[in-house]
Amino acid sequence: MTRTVLLRALTKNKFVASNAPRSISISISITNLSRCISTLIIAEHESGSIKPQTVSAVVAANSLGENSSISLLLAGSGSSLQEAASQAASCHPSVSEVLVADSDKFEYPLAEPWAKLVDFVRQQGDYSHILASSSSFGKNILPRVAALLDVSPITDVVKILGSDQFIRPIYAGNALCTVRYTGAGPCMLTIRSTSFPVTPITADSESKKATISQIDLSNFKEDSVRKSRYVGSSTQDTERPDLGSARVVITGGRALKSVENFKMIEKLAEKLGGAVGATRAAVDAGYVPNDLQVGQTGKIVAPELYMAFGVSGAIQHLAGIKDSKVIVAVNKDADAPIFQVADYGLVGDLFEVIPELLEKLPEKK
Amino acid sequence: MKILVAVKRVVDYAVKIRVKPDKTGVETQNVKMSMNPFCEIALEEALRIKEAGFAEEVIAVSIGPSQCVDTLRTGLAMGADRGIHVETNSSFLPLTIAKILKSLADVENPGLIFLGKQAIDDDCNQTGQMVAALLGWPQATFASKVVLDKDKNVATVDREVDGGLETLNVDLPAVITTDLRLNQPRYASLPNIMKAKSKPIKKMTVQDLKVDIKSDIEILEVTEPPKRKSGVMVSSVDELIDKLKNEAHVV
Repeated sequence: MTRTVLLRALTKNKFVASNAPRSISISISITNLSRCISTLIIAEHESGSIKPQTVSAVVAANSLGENSSISLLLAGSGSSLQEAASQAASCHPSVSEVLVADSDKFEYPLAEPWAKLVDFVRQQGDYSHILASSSSFGKNILPRVAALLDVSPITDVVKILGSDQFIRPIYAGNALCTVRYTGAGPCMLTIRSTSFPVTPITADSESKKATISQIDLSNFKEDSVRKSRYVGSSTQDTERPDLGSARVVITGGRALKSVENFKMIEKLAEKLGGAVGATRAAVDAGYVPNDLQVGQTGKIVAPELYMAFGVSGAIQHLAGIKDSKVIVAVNKDADAPIFQVADYGLVGDLFEVIPELLEKLPEKK
Repeated sequence: MKILVAVKRVVDYAVKIRVKPDKTGVETQNVKMSMNPFCEIALEEALRIKEAGFAEEVIAVSIGPSQCVDTLRTGLAMGADRGIHVETNSSFLPLTIAKILKSLADVENPGLIFLGKQAIDDDCNQTGQMVAALLGWPQATFASKVVLDKDKNVATVDREVDGGLETLNVDLPAVITTDLRLNQPRYASLPNIMKAKSKPIKKMTVQDLKVDIKSDIEILEVTEPPKRKSGVMVSSVDELIDKLKNEAHVV
């Protein structure tokens, strides 16, 4: 607790000193703050390896201040957890510690035991920041933890300006809101992973491995146990790259008209080594499963190349693609709003354009 | 069983918002406001549960300025039995809203609380999870299917998660937040709109509920996102491929 209080005091000083010459106030705050930042990241892992979104959260945590210490919390059970832990230890050079909670209580990502676990770990570690990625997992658990700690969390952070100042999109990304956390408890954030890209790790980081410690759960009390139970899940196994982190995303809208026609989008994605996305309309019409939905309420993507076929460009869809490097739109309707954000637009019938693209595009390298 | 549904009044989803020139927020004066779309879905689900005989009463709650009464009337016209309006002119963080809902739940004792998964203005996606935490109830977020078992007092919920669907069993009372695909909300018919005028809306204040107001996040500024540079229209597939190859270097 003392650490966070100190942190608040320092931040306040920084604010008071903002009239003073800039260089002085900044250098004071950085050197003092950097000692106090200690971040706990709620990590996600699957079949023995850590998810890329979690590594993005590490990248984000790294920009909270210099010399910050970063701990990854992994929970689950059995050998795949231990496997993921050893991978987590070397997933990023700035990870200093991997905490492992091994219990069948955490076999499935149920919010109730997980929130209690994060609180349990926090009581022993005195963290100034608690982070998770803005995935369905992070969004489910982190606010629950925050309420247990009586803290207001900050969702979907896209930029970190300092240890207590953040930018997040509101109104489906049509406005950016800069906020300052002024509370006394740990600062809790979910991180938009596309805004914190993971740079490939160089060879020398191989030697730097974080320590792995098992959390002693003998004092872990979980009164809400068995109030919720995992029944099952259906996941789409796909050979294609993950939508959230793909270099190329090819998206189809309602204009595809059928499941069969949507296969053209899939073919094009295969040819370009990309992932397939869809608009809400295409998902609602049943052309593709809902986890391919791109937009405010679906996945947020930021690929190098985003191609939209038969997508009108509703606000909620644009919110999910705005940060793509190059946007290509193909639509019959020359007035479709998607053309306002497209770098390259082609007015045409997608049933003619896609086959032509398939034929003429160079094979992927 | 009673069902409590939280509904929020927000800028209509079809409105193109404008950031205020002084960067303090988004223009909401003289802008069309409506019920948050996810809240409509939450209310619709509660009404369907009542119609299926699993619940006796659906209570709609809204927290905010006097105009929230319009939002509540919309909810009553859809079929909610009564409304509770917690009137305030301050805009609260989700944590405070969650505390208000918790104290209402302590009074009303609902078997289920429905909320939308997020409000389309602040895009927080927090309130439902926080209410569940404060009450110590289980949560089922991003629901796309809800099946109740009255005998066992259990809800089976399909959740939309990254990579597919997940199914949970939660003991009641529980908090459920709704995703877009849960249902298609009904339109209120004219007779029902008329009927809604005579349904009760209870006014309350934050003081009545003895909620401690947490304001640990300060908004420093609200700005417009950077504009994308305007693009070009190409006239053929060949030109498009040429541009992608030689100008953008992405294929």
